[in-house]
Amino acid sequence: MSACTVKKVIISKRKRDLIMKKIEAIIQPHKLEDVKEALKAIGIDGMTISEVRGHGRQKGHKEVYRGMEYQVDLLPKVKLEMVVPDGRSAEVVQTLVSSARTGKIGDGKVFIYDVADAIRIRNDDRGEGAL
Amino acid sequence: MLAVAQAIPPATETRIANLENAVKSAQSAGDNAWMLTSAALVLMMTGPGLALFYGGLVRRKNVLGTMMHSFVLMAVVSILWAIVGYSLAFGEGTPILGDLRYLFLNGVGGAPNPDYAGTIPHQTYMIYQLMFAVITPALISGAFAERMKFSAMLLFMVLWMFIVYFPLAHMVWGKGGFLNAFLGGKIPTLDFAGGTVVHISSGVSALMCALYLGKRQGYMVEPMKPHNLVISVIGACLLWVGWFGFNAGSAVAASSLASSAFVATHFATAAAVLGWMSAEWIHNGKPTVLGAISGAVAGLVAITPASGFVKPFPAILIGLLAGLICFLMVTAVKSKFGYDDSLDAFGVHGIGGTLGALLTGVFATSAVNDGLKDSTGKVLPLGLVDGQPGQVLNQALAVLISWGLAIVGTLIILKICDVVLGVRATKEQELEGLDVSMHGEEGYNLEA
Repeated sequence: MSACTVKKVIISKRKRDLIMKKIEAIIQPHKLEDVKEALKAIGIDGMTISEVRGHGRQKGHKEVYRGMEYQVDLLPKVKLEMVVPDGRSAEVVQTLVSSARTGKIGDGKVFIYDVADAIRIRNDDRGEGAL
Repeated sequence: MLAVAQAIPPATETRIANLENAVKSAQSAGDNAWMLTSAALVLMMTGPGLALFYGGLVRRKNVLGTMMHSFVLMAVVSILWAIVGYSLAFGEGTPILGDLRYLFLNGVGGAPNPDYAGTIPHQTYMIYQLMFAVITPALISGAFAERMKFSAMLLFMVLWMFIVYFPLAHMVWGKGGFLNAFLGGKIPTLDFAGGTVVHISSGVSALMCALYLGKRQGYMVEPMKPHNLVISVIGACLLWVGWFGFNAGSAVAASSLASSAFVATHFATAAAVLGWMSAEWIHNGKPTVLGAISGAVAGLVAITPASGFVKPFPAILIGLLAGLICFLMVTAVKSKFGYDDSLDAFGVHGIGGTLGALLTGVFATSAVNDGLKDSTGKVLPLGLVDGQPGQVLNQALAVLISWGLAIVGTLIILKICDVVLGVRATKEQELEGLDVSMHGEEGYNLEA
C-alpha cells in the first residue's frame, strides 16, 4: 500500500512539472525592441522570433509598380514564441501585451497553449528544467 | 665640306614632319584613352547595369535567369562579332550589309581606319562598337523575361544579330550604308549613338517577342511585383554612368563634341526623371522610386540619337517629353492593349528611341556638330532649328525602316526558333521559376 502511495505522489509531481505554457504573440515589427526589453526586465530571456506576414482586421495598403496596382493585405509582422512555467504565464502575457500595445488596429494577438513536455537537446533535461 | 654639311640642322620640312608626328601621336593617345574607357563604360551598362536593373524587376524565382540573359550575351555577341559581326556591320559592302573584309578581324589592327575614326587604332573602334552590339539584344530580354526557354533565347539572339542588328548598324553607321548621313547615305539619317540601331531595333523586337510568346502564367491574376527594387536602383545608376561612354564616346574622340554629348545626355536624363516622377505623382498620388529610375532610362534612350547634335536646353525638353510619354506608354497604353512586355522594353526603348530619333530631326544643329559638310567643305545645316525641315522626314523614314526590319525580322526568327526548339518554357518550368528549371540553381540560398 505504502509503495503505491509513493508512486502516486511521484506521478502527480511529474504532472505538475509538465504544465508549461507556450505563448505565441504576433506583434507590430516596430514594437519588438520594447517587448524584448520588457520581458528581459521580468527575467524572460529565451524566445524565438520570426518575420511573418499576416493580417486580422487591419486593412492593407496599395502598392503601384509602373501603373500596376496591388492591394497588399498581408502585412509584415513579427511572431514571438516562448515557453514559460505555468506559474509565470499570466505575468509574461501581461507584460507582453502592455509593451506591444499602441492602441491602433494591427497591434496583433497573443495565443496561449499547453505544452506537453520540453527537452533540452544538449543533455536530455526535461520539463521546466529544460526551459 | 662634308663635316660642315653634317653640322647643318635638319631641314625645316623634316622638323615640321617630326612635330606633326608628335602632335598626332599625342592626340591619338588622348583619344584612345577616352575611347577605351568608353568601351569599358558601355560594357558596364550590360553587366552589371542592365542585369541588375532587369534582375530586380522580376520575381525572385527568375532573378538568375534574367541576369543570365544579359550576361551570356556579353560572351555570345563578342564571339560572333570577332568572327563575322564587325565585318558585316562595318565592312564597306552594299548599302544594306557590310562585306567580309574584316572576317576574323582580318585587317583590324593598330592603324586607324580614317573612315570611322582617324585618330584611334581600328581595334579600339571595333571593340567600342562591339559593346553596343552586346547591349542591344540584352535590352530585348526585358520583354520575354520569366518565360522564354534558354536554348531558344540563344538561337533567337544569334539569328537576330544577323538578320536585324548587323544590317541596321551597317545601314546607319557603316561606310556606304544607305541611312548614313556622314558616309554617303541616300537617306541621310542623324543617329549619334543608336536611337534607331540600338533602341528602336531592340524595343520593337521586344514588342514582337511579347506578342508572340504570350503572357506569363498568371499575368494580371497573381501578383508580379518586382522582387528587389534596391538592385534595380543600383542597375539604373550604373546605366546612367555607363551611358556617358555610350553617348559621349560616340564622338569617337576626346573632343569638345564628346563634352557636348556628355552634357546633353546628363541634362536630358535629369529632366526625364522629373517628368516621369511628376506625372506619376499627379496620376497615382505617390512618386515611386521605380518610376524615377524608369524615367532615367527613358531619358537616356531618347537623348541617345540626339546627344551629339543638340544644345543643353533642347536636350532637357527631349528628356522631359520622354519621361512623360514613356510613363503613358507603360501605364495607360500597355494596360489598354493587354500585352505582357514584362519589363517594358518596348514602352521605354521602342517608344523612347522613336521619340528621340524624330526629335533629333527637329533640334539637331550645326552649331553643336559641324561634321556634315558639302564637297567644298562648307558646314551643312542639320535639323529643323537649322532651317532644314526635311530632316524630320529623313528621320521618320529611318524610324519606319527600323520598325519594319525589327518587326519582320523578329517574327521570322521567332517562328524559326519555335519550329526548331520551341520558344516558350513549359508551364511547369515557368511556375517553378527559370532559375531552377533552366539553370538548376537559385539566386538567394538563404539557408546556405
